[in-house]
Amino acid sequence: MSATPGGLSKAQREALVDPLFNNNPIALQVLGICSALAVTTKMETAVVMSIALTVVLCGSNVVISLLRNYIPASIRIVVQLTVIASLVILTDQVLKAFVFDVSKQLSVFVGLIITNCIVMGRAEAFAMANKPFESLLDGIGNGLGYSLILVVVAFFRELLGGGKLFGIQLLPLVTEGGWYNPNGLMVLAPGAFFLIGGFIWALRAWKPEQIEAE
Amino acid sequence: MSQRSTGYTVAFAAGVCLVASVFVSGAAVSLKPMQDANKVLDRQKKVLVVAGLMEEGESISPEEIQKRFDDNISSRLVSLESGMVVETAENGQTAAEYDQRKAAKEPALSYEAPDNKAKVARVAKVGTVYCVKKANSCDQHILPIEGKGLWSTMYGFLSVDSDTNTIRGITFYEHGETPGLGGEVDNPGWKKKWVGRKVYDPKGDVAIHVKKGAAGDAKSDPYSVDGLSGATLTSNGVTYSLDFWLGDEGFGSYLNNVKSGKVKG
Repeated sequence: MSATPGGLSKAQREALVDPLFNNNPIALQVLGICSALAVTTKMETAVVMSIALTVVLCGSNVVISLLRNYIPASIRIVVQLTVIASLVILTDQVLKAFVFDVSKQLSVFVGLIITNCIVMGRAEAFAMANKPFESLLDGIGNGLGYSLILVVVAFFRELLGGGKLFGIQLLPLVTEGGWYNPNGLMVLAPGAFFLIGGFIWALRAWKPEQIEAE
Repeated sequence: MSQRSTGYTVAFAAGVCLVASVFVSGAAVSLKPMQDANKVLDRQKKVLVVAGLMEEGESISPEEIQKRFDDNISSRLVSLESGMVVETAENGQTAAEYDQRKAAKEPALSYEAPDNKAKVARVAKVGTVYCVKKANSCDQHILPIEGKGLWSTMYGFLSVDSDTNTIRGITFYEHGETPGLGGEVDNPGWKKKWVGRKVYDPKGDVAIHVKKGAAGDAKSDPYSVDGLSGATLTSNGVTYSLDFWLGDEGFGSYLNNVKSGKVKG
């Protein structure tokens, strides 16, 4: 393995950067769609959810990776779930204590990180077979890949659906005497489907190798 | 011990559980005071908003919220049956400690509501009313309301003037209605349309309702409010909720007592 300027080996850099575009958990693996639909009506919730998921993903990847040689194969999924669930509860408690308003809007979706396929998927597919540092990088990479989609989708949904970004009115609404007529589709779940679909389309037009063989 | 032995597996599982539970319970216990403070603060904020003492979405510090609340608002417990003010709830809690929504879920502190259109299932025996103080009397009575919309139970507050009939403000702070349609129950523009409307008609019946279409101004059309377009069922839910909570099953007798002077306003 040759060293790169960042001090990371090529494999390490791939673990970090690949999930952004080349192997994006939402756009290519199509995991974690449910929360991507639910929390992306506003930038604020999308950003907090992204951070929460990234933290949980890094934590679970590192812990699982540390334990990987000791986990009995017969109960490995149970152990992974226990670790993930504990981290999620911890995150939820911290959110409730420090950013109460946002945690209220995210409601059950923080709790549902437990069942988010990305976290389980990375624990099983990567952390069980790699060293802690690589697993941490993989966690950060996949967390950022997820965050990227959430933030892009939330950007369009909040801007087109309400004329706002981070709750600040940018396009004055017709109902309040402005000129912008908000697109109601964007605040509903189908709006997110169209946006994610559009994102996947754009990504595959850019990187044709992601198109599945027919 | 071999990693494949049953003993190892059981011991490993027990170890993981032990460590995980220490982490989780440690976090829950140590963060609880902050979370509770947040919850109290959140409720105070909503009361301040409906009382018109704070703008919606205004960002002010927790200390300032606390100060505004303490300076302007006193909470009291009201027995829903008699409509009289009580010192403590049935579980001995004072107004500051009592949580009406929690009490409504406890069989000992609540009763099953008679069949009603607002689809309220259980009613707490004691309700919390917030008084906006002005020269030693209540200028506004802020009543908690709830009822079923289209998808969800909507929770809110209604502020009634000291004349016990004029609406001073309304807010829905928790609901799961369709954004853009029924979700407009928390639209500030719509909520402003409630101000100045009357609750009871001259016969003393609850007359306030959400109309289909547009209502006139508060003077000429005092008992109706513009409907939410595309959200008839949510609009009906609001009407039914008010009907329930301002009627005899809710705070109707309390408001009556305030009017007749049996309860100090």
